[in-house]
Amino acid sequence: MAVPDEPVAPARDGSTSAAPVPGPRPPVPPPAGRARIVLAEVRRDSRADRTRSELTQQTRIGETLVSGLVRAQLTLALRLSLLVLIALGGLPWLFAIAPALGRTTVFGVNLPWLLLGVFAFPFLIVVGWAYVRLAERNEQDFTDLVQRPER
Amino acid sequence: MGNGYVVPAIVAVTLVTLGIGFYGLRLARTTSDFLVASRAVSPTWNAAAIGGEYLSAASFLGVAGLILKYGVDVLWYPVGFAAGYLALLLFVAAPLRRSGAFTLPDFCELRLGSRRLRKLATVFVIFIGWLYLVPQLQGAGLTLATVAGSPYPVGALLVAVVVTANVALGGMRAITFVQAFQYWLKLTALAVPAIFLALQWQADARPAVAPPDGPAFRTATTVVVEHRATLTLADGDVREVRPGDRLDFAAGDPVPAVSGTATAATDWLLPDTAGDDDRGLFGTYSLILATFLGTMGLPHVLVRFYTNPDGAAARRTTLVVLALVGVFYLLPTIYGVLGRIYTPQLLVSGQTDAVVVLLPGAALGDGPAGRLLAALVAAGAFAAFLSTSSGLLTSVAGVISTDVLGRGSVRGFRLATVIAGGVPTILALNVSGLDVSQVVGLAFAVAASSFCPLLVLGIWWRGLTDLGAAAGVLVGGGAAITSVLVTVLGPPLAGWPATLTAQPAAWTVPLAFTVMVAVSVASRRRLPADVGATMLRLHAPDSLRL
Repeated sequence: MAVPDEPVAPARDGSTSAAPVPGPRPPVPPPAGRARIVLAEVRRDSRADRTRSELTQQTRIGETLVSGLVRAQLTLALRLSLLVLIALGGLPWLFAIAPALGRTTVFGVNLPWLLLGVFAFPFLIVVGWAYVRLAERNEQDFTDLVQRPER
Repeated sequence: MGNGYVVPAIVAVTLVTLGIGFYGLRLARTTSDFLVASRAVSPTWNAAAIGGEYLSAASFLGVAGLILKYGVDVLWYPVGFAAGYLALLLFVAAPLRRSGAFTLPDFCELRLGSRRLRKLATVFVIFIGWLYLVPQLQGAGLTLATVAGSPYPVGALLVAVVVTANVALGGMRAITFVQAFQYWLKLTALAVPAIFLALQWQADARPAVAPPDGPAFRTATTVVVEHRATLTLADGDVREVRPGDRLDFAAGDPVPAVSGTATAATDWLLPDTAGDDDRGLFGTYSLILATFLGTMGLPHVLVRFYTNPDGAAARRTTLVVLALVGVFYLLPTIYGVLGRIYTPQLLVSGQTDAVVVLLPGAALGDGPAGRLLAALVAAGAFAAFLSTSSGLLTSVAGVISTDVLGRGSVRGFRLATVIAGGVPTILALNVSGLDVSQVVGLAFAVAASSFCPLLVLGIWWRGLTDLGAAAGVLVGGGAAITSVLVTVLGPPLAGWPATLTAQPAAWTVPLAFTVMVAVSVASRRRLPADVGATMLRLHAPDSLRL
């Protein structure tokens, strides 16, 4: 996908070598009389394509970009699971060391029943919702980076 | 029982299941249709189908039964069953879908390029699938025996035959629609009677759920004991009971203390406290770990993710599933709690798993309303057996047809379905004493100690090698399987050995992760050459289309 018209490229060596960037050859402009104007338009896209091919061809820059994304997503997942771990995982321990908490009643229901039987579920859903939003934002940032590398 | 509505309700559920299955048959044309519904299922349908598939006999019957028996400490089962989807969402859903694998063994080969690891994963998929199928079939046998008085094998065989036929003929395309329908049926079947039960409880002047002197019989009751136990009667007498013993209680008699259950009000109502038993706390944390991390390793759950069009859709689907499952798990607690008031005899007979199907009749009386609601609950229970067994059977059969028989054809898939359904049916007919929720809990523990580390490390850590993965799965999963076999088949244990084998996840999961990381680091030279490309494929946003 990155360099789809490779086979025809050698024939146009003269026109494409003017591209200021090294690395894989940018896409070839359509064969028309106004080659330079078309080339000027293509140049902006060619940077994005270059970043794409950095990714697909496993250059060092590409690897760094991907590990940045993986790290961002993993950090997000670990942070949210830590939140759940403390909020839910702390409960058995809390009930064990503070038995009075188990005897507390809210609306006539013992607190552990209310927390585990009812409130745990909306809590999990809210955490999941937050994850989907934040993970999609991470991906959007990555997409922006790849498509507009100059920013 | 003599409830004339129950059998027609179960027959109706079965016929609708078969009907949608055959409707789907006309749509299923290619092998891809059979295995992953051609990846053309919308997120809402898919989420309802995943929910329908996931809510098994353990959720529908078992959770309420456990709450009736043990009280607040087992509320971790429903919380963990739901939280498992959060772990799946956070760590697995989108990358796994982007990997493009059909099954767990596919993922092993894609990520680590090892045929041997693939074979190992196949063995674990089949083991976990069968371990999970047996209690579904048993639940069917016991439910039909309870509500319709049929012999135990009838219900088990009925579900086995219906599901095998449906999967073999319709494959997964049909299953998606069947299961989406069954989610809503299960939700309705618990929610509607729960409203009536709550109203009835109000009308009965809100009897105390946990009176200080323990539960008491509301009416004169004759209890037929189903499981061996030691009873401590109100006057202090201790009595051993065996299956078949009949005990008579008058209205207002206190329920005797039954060995192995939380009969005393405080035991049931309040969580474990630090002083009395460290093993209780260990068991709770072990259960939390198994259910939180086990869900992502269940083969029938994973196979559903390949039906999403892309990674982002997989994530959204998982969030919807989390919501659907969370709503459902509000309900079993109501049954378990009201069961203390209206069906205390189940504590004595040992048939606590039957509380959901017996409670409407016991609380609302023998009128048409009580009977109709009892039939609705029985229909929901059958939907639970049918849908979970269908999902399990599809994934086990898929793995058998591609990895054991080595044929990708539709005919091969059908043959594999018959094999995959036959073995657990034979097992279920020969063992009837296993506790539904306990066996399901063990299946979670095995999945959490084998596939969970494999998936999490495979998706997030470049350093995983095939040797490390195999060692971790063998050691962690092997330890969990040994615990399962000792618990189910071995001699009764006491003290710490009993706790460590009954709830193994707290030590087998860290063991699996440690071994997997250590062996991978030691065998660094075996790192797959294409790991960079694989990571890119798993994590790059779908919109880039790299």
